[in-house]
Amino acid sequence: MTAFAKLPNGGAMSLAQIPRLSVDHFRAAVLAEVQGGGARLSAFFACPDGADALLLVAVLAQDDRGVLAVTTCAVQDEYPALTPDCPQAQGSEREIAELWGIRPLGHPWLKPLRFQPPRRGSAGAGRPSSERPAIGRAPFFAMAGEEIHEVAVGPVHAGIIEPGHFRFQCHGETVYHLETSFGYQHRGVERALVGGPNARTIHYLETLAGDTTIGHATTYCRICEALSRSRVPARDQALRGVAQELERLANHIGDLGAMAGDVGFLPTMSYCGRIRGDVLNLTAILCGNRFGRGLVRPGGCDIAAANVDELRRRLDQVRRDTEPAVQLLFESPTARARFDNTGALTAETCRELGMVGVAVRACGVARDVRHDFPYGIFQFAQLPVCTWMSGDVFGRAYVRWLEIQQSLTFVREQLTALPEGEVCRAAAAGTLAPDHLAVALVEGWRGEICHVAITDAAGRFACYKVVDPSFHNWMGLAMALRNQQISDFPLCNKSFNLSYCGHDL
Amino acid sequence: MLKLIAARLQQGYRTIGYPAAAPTLPERYRGRPLLAAAADSAALARAMAKCPTGALRATPDARPALDLGACLFCDACARECPDIVRFSSEFRQAAAKREELIVTPDRADIPVALHREASRLFGRSLKLRQVSAGGCNACEADVNVLNTVVFDLGRFGIQFVASPRHADGLLITGPVPENMREAVLKSYAATPAPKIVIAVGACAISGGPYKDHPEVHNGAGGLLPVDLFVPGCPPHPLTILDGLLRFLGRL
Repeated sequence: MTAFAKLPNGGAMSLAQIPRLSVDHFRAAVLAEVQGGGARLSAFFACPDGADALLLVAVLAQDDRGVLAVTTCAVQDEYPALTPDCPQAQGSEREIAELWGIRPLGHPWLKPLRFQPPRRGSAGAGRPSSERPAIGRAPFFAMAGEEIHEVAVGPVHAGIIEPGHFRFQCHGETVYHLETSFGYQHRGVERALVGGPNARTIHYLETLAGDTTIGHATTYCRICEALSRSRVPARDQALRGVAQELERLANHIGDLGAMAGDVGFLPTMSYCGRIRGDVLNLTAILCGNRFGRGLVRPGGCDIAAANVDELRRRLDQVRRDTEPAVQLLFESPTARARFDNTGALTAETCRELGMVGVAVRACGVARDVRHDFPYGIFQFAQLPVCTWMSGDVFGRAYVRWLEIQQSLTFVREQLTALPEGEVCRAAAAGTLAPDHLAVALVEGWRGEICHVAITDAAGRFACYKVVDPSFHNWMGLAMALRNQQISDFPLCNKSFNLSYCGHDL
Repeated sequence: MLKLIAARLQQGYRTIGYPAAAPTLPERYRGRPLLAAAADSAALARAMAKCPTGALRATPDARPALDLGACLFCDACARECPDIVRFSSEFRQAAAKREELIVTPDRADIPVALHREASRLFGRSLKLRQVSAGGCNACEADVNVLNTVVFDLGRFGIQFVASPRHADGLLITGPVPENMREAVLKSYAATPAPKIVIAVGACAISGGPYKDHPEVHNGAGGLLPVDLFVPGCPPHPLTILDGLLRFLGRL
């Protein structure tokens, strides 16, 4: 028996066909793939297996082959942690411990991940649930010595942004270590998805990370379509692609503006802040909502033919406005001086941490779901993977600019040749295959979004795992801050612009 | 420098004419719902079953009532029964009292948002501290956009400040998770009196899709007295701006 079941992106498989390994075999197989095979952990989680047993599920992405390898093993109360040999498992194993009371033995930093209520037995780090620590009350990694000091930021931040806590270990201005402590945004999404789909399900996905409404809704719909074996019409695939790239455009343009604002370069901040709103308004022309709520539904896109000419005209205006606004930023020596060599990561660190999205592409790693695991319209309209070699704040800004140009071209092409067809209002939900596992990946604007669903005998979700790109990348921000000035934190943070609610669920 | 000036000229003047001129909204924008008086009770039950948050209800005399504070404006009810519910393009939806958010067939007027005391105290200068408490970053984004040149919030004397100690009130988004309870209460305590609380979005008013989750407090009202409710998922920036202006008696 092979150690892994192989699935395509958006594939489903009967649970009976998925290998169940012994704990030792599972650990060895996953480590071999990650360390030697170039795979990375897209998702690693536990789910109930019968009355009181638990199943560990690992979904490995093999980027070079476009294959998702799935394997499982049954666990009782403890197992040897993967993290010491595979750092990218650290967050997943903290979650497994916190939610299910399983001890990953040998985990180097086993503290709660989200300070969420346990779903079985004891809570994180082996504490009984009655002693569950209050949010944020857990030891931080600390330095000691003369003139060492600690800076605590959050959960409430100075801007109009989501809450989270950052703890810096500093010597003078220099940050030696940053530790993030999250969970403030925990709303119980995954718990509530169990037993679905129902009337609320799509709304959980659309509000999971509101700036990624299209990304998460599309991933969920692809899960439903995989489990119900439904096909999405060509017109709807194209519209989903348009909506997804509009979401990328709005956020990338907004991010360039915000990064300009963080170094006090006001022209680009002001222009890009406005253009971001213009792009959101394009999505509103499509579906009535600036964030694309109500647009993507299982089976297709729930919209009638839009005013394509108007969309094209306004898209061209966005292109004309964006280019000079962004060029100002890149041509300004004072702005460039702040962006260059700030918060640099290496490709090696990105790979070790299993990072995704703009941050890894800025380190020269060509990792993009649209290219490696093409889905929907991206099977027919290939977008080049945009990379840059510097790995710093400039790299993350410049990759965004490259992607803005690609997305503008893509959206215009799609709008010019939108396939004919009826409005698809087929609800695939409710007829999901029983006792199946489905995996879907989508390249959201932050990076890879991975959803994994397992259905019960009645075709309802027994388990629904959501992995937002932020889940992989927060540790990347922490690494990027090492040996930086603490005053560069806002700029570094904005250059990643990760989601708090996407992490906290 | 010349390039900066050229770019500035190219970008032009972009502030909207509102409130002096009527704003333009996208054709498909779903604003304040309108309800039909005579409703077939079986059809109403079908429409109610489609509502993800229980916002659409039947009154004791079997007439429809829709709670804007819980509505996600998803259109599911209107699609099921277009004879009962229809979403209009009316963006003015904010209310100073929670009960004003209940739409019935008889109540077609926009809700009253004016708060006389707030108008007297803060009518010409209002400093707000925004606290996201489980907000998904959509409400936050559409609050933030008020600071862009398009809406230019500063021209109305309204400003978001970095500390609750500098603020006249809190603007809260999100369903308020238990994990944010302490931070919300501390932010409120740190705001000097007299102070106001504004709940923006379905989550902050009622919990939204997260209503009755044990992990959340069903919005700001679960912990604090709320003075202005701005419905939507998320509310259109104009709905928020209109709410603030009518709240302060500026319109």
